[in-house]
Amino acid sequence: MPTASDPHHWLDNYGDALYRYAMLRLRDSMLAEDLVQDTLLAAMQARYAGQSSERTWLIGILKHKIVDHLRKARRERPLGDDIDAAADQTADLFDQHGHWRIDISQWSDPDKALEQKEFWRIFRECLGHLPPRMGDALMMRELDGMSTEEICQELAIDTTNNMWVILSRARLRMRQCLDTNWFHRQREDKA
Amino acid sequence: MMVSCKEVSQLVSRSLDHPLPISERLVVHMHLMVCKLCSRYRRQLHFLQRAARRLPEHLDETAMPPLSDEAKQRIRADLDADKENS
Repeated sequence: MPTASDPHHWLDNYGDALYRYAMLRLRDSMLAEDLVQDTLLAAMQARYAGQSSERTWLIGILKHKIVDHLRKARRERPLGDDIDAAADQTADLFDQHGHWRIDISQWSDPDKALEQKEFWRIFRECLGHLPPRMGDALMMRELDGMSTEEICQELAIDTTNNMWVILSRARLRMRQCLDTNWFHRQREDKA
Repeated sequence: MMVSCKEVSQLVSRSLDHPLPISERLVVHMHLMVCKLCSRYRRQLHFLQRAARRLPEHLDETAMPPLSDEAKQRIRADLDADKENS
């Protein structure tokens, strides 16, 4: 039988996790602190149904607050900027016939990487190096499980086709970043 | 029909977001049978998606700073104030 939990207990146990999640998504510490507080206040009003862990439940509330914020932010700062500006760094990766100009090296035992602390640090840093709105789009897709149509709406991206291009570039850049900073080093260590 | 690696890389990414129409699926499949690099790329994108979904569980391992003590104190005070008001 789940009992109403004390908000102080939430803050002590999940405050850091909520804050890190908000920082991952918003990259702004003051804003992240505010949203942690809003999340806990909202949680006090809501009722914990005990279907998921408390942590998951609280992160779920926070996710809603983050998407609300991103929606408002794009109204205040409509379109333009980094997705286009970052235009196509990935274009150099192909020659004029569309063949890979780089070697797509094999990644040895990638699932083992998921067990390693250092891998997660690098993974997070690679996400942080994406142009902000490209990162927002990728995280809405992979962390929030939003459909490309929903993401287009939230980020005011005009066509689903553009959305697919943005996600494709985001993934290619993530691939390159992880290859350089993790898998390549693993290969060298072995050699 | 001939497609380039660049196009296949985009289709492979798109297939993670939305099921591809059968004609495109076929085109990708044929290309992957003969292209080692694109086959690797496809596997790596699937791995990336798996990893991204698990990131929230691993945030404590990312060396991101925790919530500062000042912020904790401030939030604690605000929670108490809110409780009294309700």
